[in-house]
Amino acid sequence: MSDSTIQVEAGRPRVPLIDGIEKVTGTAQYTADLDHADALVGRIFRSPVSHGEIVRLDVSKARALDGVLAVVTGEDCPHTYGVLPVAMNEYPLARDKVRYRGEPVAAVAAEDAETAQRALDLIEFEVRELPAYYTAEAARAGDAVLIHDDKPGNFERRVHHVFGDVAQGLAAADLVRETTIDCAEVNHGQIEPHAALAQFDPFTGRLTMRSVSQVTYYLHLMLARCLEMEESRIRIIKPFVGGGFGARVEVLNFEIVTALLARAVQGKVMMELTREETFLTHRARPQTTVRIKLGMTKDGRMTACEAEVVQRGGAYAGYGIVTILYAGALVHGLYDIPAIQYDGYRVYANLPPCGAMRGHGSVDMRHTFEVLVDRMARELKLDPFAVRRKNLLKAPTCTANGLTINSYGLAECLDRVERASGWRERIGRLPPGKGLGMACSHYVSGAAKPIHWTGEPHATVNVKVDFDGGVTALTGAADIGQGSSTIVAIAVADTLGVPLERVRVIAADSAITPKDNGAYSSRITYMVGNAAIDAAKNLKERLVAAAARKLEALPEDVACEGDMFRVGHGEQSALTFDEVVREALVNEGTITVKGTFTCPPDMQGGKHKGGAVGSTMGFSYAAQVIEVSVDEDTGMISVDKIWVALDCGRAINPLAVEGQIEGSVWMGLGQAMSEETRYLDGLPAHASMLEYRIATSAESPPIETHIVESIDPNGPFGAKEASEGALASAPPALVNAIANALGIDLDELPVTPDRVVEAMVERRRRDRLEDLRKAAS
Amino acid sequence: MAMQPLVLDKQLVRLKLNGRWREDAVADNQLLIDYLRDVARLTGTKAGCDGGECGACTVLVDSDPVLSCLTLAVRCADRSVETIEGLATHGRVSALQREFHEKLGTQCGYCTPGMIMAAEALLRRNPDPSEGEIRTALSGNLCRCTGYVKIIDSVQAAAGAVR
Repeated sequence: MSDSTIQVEAGRPRVPLIDGIEKVTGTAQYTADLDHADALVGRIFRSPVSHGEIVRLDVSKARALDGVLAVVTGEDCPHTYGVLPVAMNEYPLARDKVRYRGEPVAAVAAEDAETAQRALDLIEFEVRELPAYYTAEAARAGDAVLIHDDKPGNFERRVHHVFGDVAQGLAAADLVRETTIDCAEVNHGQIEPHAALAQFDPFTGRLTMRSVSQVTYYLHLMLARCLEMEESRIRIIKPFVGGGFGARVEVLNFEIVTALLARAVQGKVMMELTREETFLTHRARPQTTVRIKLGMTKDGRMTACEAEVVQRGGAYAGYGIVTILYAGALVHGLYDIPAIQYDGYRVYANLPPCGAMRGHGSVDMRHTFEVLVDRMARELKLDPFAVRRKNLLKAPTCTANGLTINSYGLAECLDRVERASGWRERIGRLPPGKGLGMACSHYVSGAAKPIHWTGEPHATVNVKVDFDGGVTALTGAADIGQGSSTIVAIAVADTLGVPLERVRVIAADSAITPKDNGAYSSRITYMVGNAAIDAAKNLKERLVAAAARKLEALPEDVACEGDMFRVGHGEQSALTFDEVVREALVNEGTITVKGTFTCPPDMQGGKHKGGAVGSTMGFSYAAQVIEVSVDEDTGMISVDKIWVALDCGRAINPLAVEGQIEGSVWMGLGQAMSEETRYLDGLPAHASMLEYRIATSAESPPIETHIVESIDPNGPFGAKEASEGALASAPPALVNAIANALGIDLDELPVTPDRVVEAMVERRRRDRLEDLRKAAS
Repeated sequence: MAMQPLVLDKQLVRLKLNGRWREDAVADNQLLIDYLRDVARLTGTKAGCDGGECGACTVLVDSDPVLSCLTLAVRCADRSVETIEGLATHGRVSALQREFHEKLGTQCGYCTPGMIMAAEALLRRNPDPSEGEIRTALSGNLCRCTGYVKIIDSVQAAAGAVR
């Protein structure tokens, strides 16, 4: 056995995923695996230019081609869509203007893929080109043409937030330093390409949609809006989904286009995007430039912070407003900083729209902050751990921007990785070319204020029990591989005191399961988990009452565990679960109970504009240490090992928590070392798995995971999120480790070998000049 | 005017699929992955990229791991093709399948069939691989969920169980 993962918590059992067997035997059906032998093939015609006015779009030849059953264009959908009700500025198929290369313009449904492709080739498209902008700087320039007429300066959103007296804080500091770091746009890179299967039934006027979505409820809303259909006539079913990481956390153009085609042909259409198209439809982390100025006393106390974040958001709004608000909100909540000023600029550009990606909004800001702290610690000759410890928060507390912090395990995270990595014994004593770096991060366990405010609870779960003694949990929560259905099963089984095998979970089918907002902002364990516990408690109450009736005892004397209901210890006073269910059904019939969870309004963030973003009931906290070996001459970096500790409140399933931590740290490391999307005049130069460099098993380091349990007062069994919190500390821990190894400061992500070599050359030049200067004086 | 579909020659191809011989008329240009998914209806083998980049479509041909998205089906005539569906027999999952399940070597599961087939090929030729050998053998198979940590654990555990 490898020692890459150690189980540090005894306690709860390590539970494999309840749908794991389907995945390892190949029977799990993802969207492209669904039977579609009778479906037409959908394909999308995309804009060949980055920015322009549509002069002519002629699809008549495509439409006339034998085997083509429908062609749809922007004419077929006059409605915008988007994830934020305040920023729906995108059409599923372009109307009047195209704003990025690859934007969908028309789509065909044909009998087979070859015919569909030939139909695309027959589409005639003329555009009057407009100037296109590929950087935030160019798009913000005074003379730039507007990408959206109602957005002067090409700003999607500008944010200016000040909390506390920043000038006074900086004046009180012994050291004030500023750094600017440029972080490349990166992609989710989920292994399953996008796909959707839409079926329109002309006899009932109903539409059934199966898609790779993380947000089936939003998909439901947007299909109703764009197709002008009653919501009651739409059914959304989520098959197995091959990863999300935010890629499918807003409704995507191809989903609506597939539905438009299905309605146009009055039948069934399968749309499978290529990997290149999947990259185009990306909605990932934007290119971001972060400038941070920080004040520190000579003993390491942070006195004030100024942060400026510029994000190149792409051609449409998407989640952009939330992303730029997250970057500012989450400057708060990790450390105790008396004054923080934030200026955020979300800028449009003629590139595929960005969106939410794991660690949404926080990662590039956190990277810059943690790198700057490390540099200042060096200058002040302080240990980076000591600096963090000097600035810890004390839970419960509320940050200056109104974020509620109910549990806070950062101190223990620091202790754990410091000890595990041998930091104290090893730092400063490593051989040349080797280095250790550390950093911290945090993330929300679900946005406390949902995007679509309806007044409903944040989560609802139904639990059904029937004659067969089976317990069925119904949840709208989208399992995208993170194991949310397994969490629901555990929450129900543990609350009822029955084995996991008795519980079945049916998820994300709008005709059957209660509405759920979806798999984003790490909300499911916290919110849906709590709702599942609530539902199971309600069921338990009914079952206990039935058991008490049968055993002629008081309900409070009935204990249920191990699939049995008992009064005292005698065999005569015990009933099996099935016996109790049968008793409970008498005069009642099938029992379906409901559980809900609602975040109280006082935990939904500050009262300032945008103050809800960043608010959550439970922040996860993480610290990590990365050990690197760097070759001075080639700039090749290899990560020898990562030690990471995450405070997830309580590990409901330690196995799954480890899996989430490992995956998130590794994804952060990818952003730090090799991942980067590039465009040449708006043409993606990265849109394959060869060009977009995701680390293979051969380059990936061992990751030693430590789980810290702060027991959150409101979390399900005390749990918080585990999947995002550790990501943002990976890039800065890496850059800090390289600084420790070679004495170079890297101000760009990813830190490619070229950039390392460049920085080494620069350092040698500086050292040499310094030597000459000394010799001269 | 309607265009004539491109008609390609078809051959009668006989191959052993998951232990059973079968015959199908196969177009010369049909890829093995399309044959498996569309003709044999074995959808466990996945497409994750536009050709040869991600490893999700890995299957075994005469026990060698191949990318079925870069292999013509006709090239598999008279050979033994194995997919993820062939590993579980008589209601029992294989050691690799069991360990990928129990050790969480699978999260979203999309890369899993290809990953398990690549690992299966490794363990057949090297029943006791080192961690480095496992990492190298699986380096053509991308996973986006696990950071490979629990995949390596799973393969090591399966090797231990088989030994």
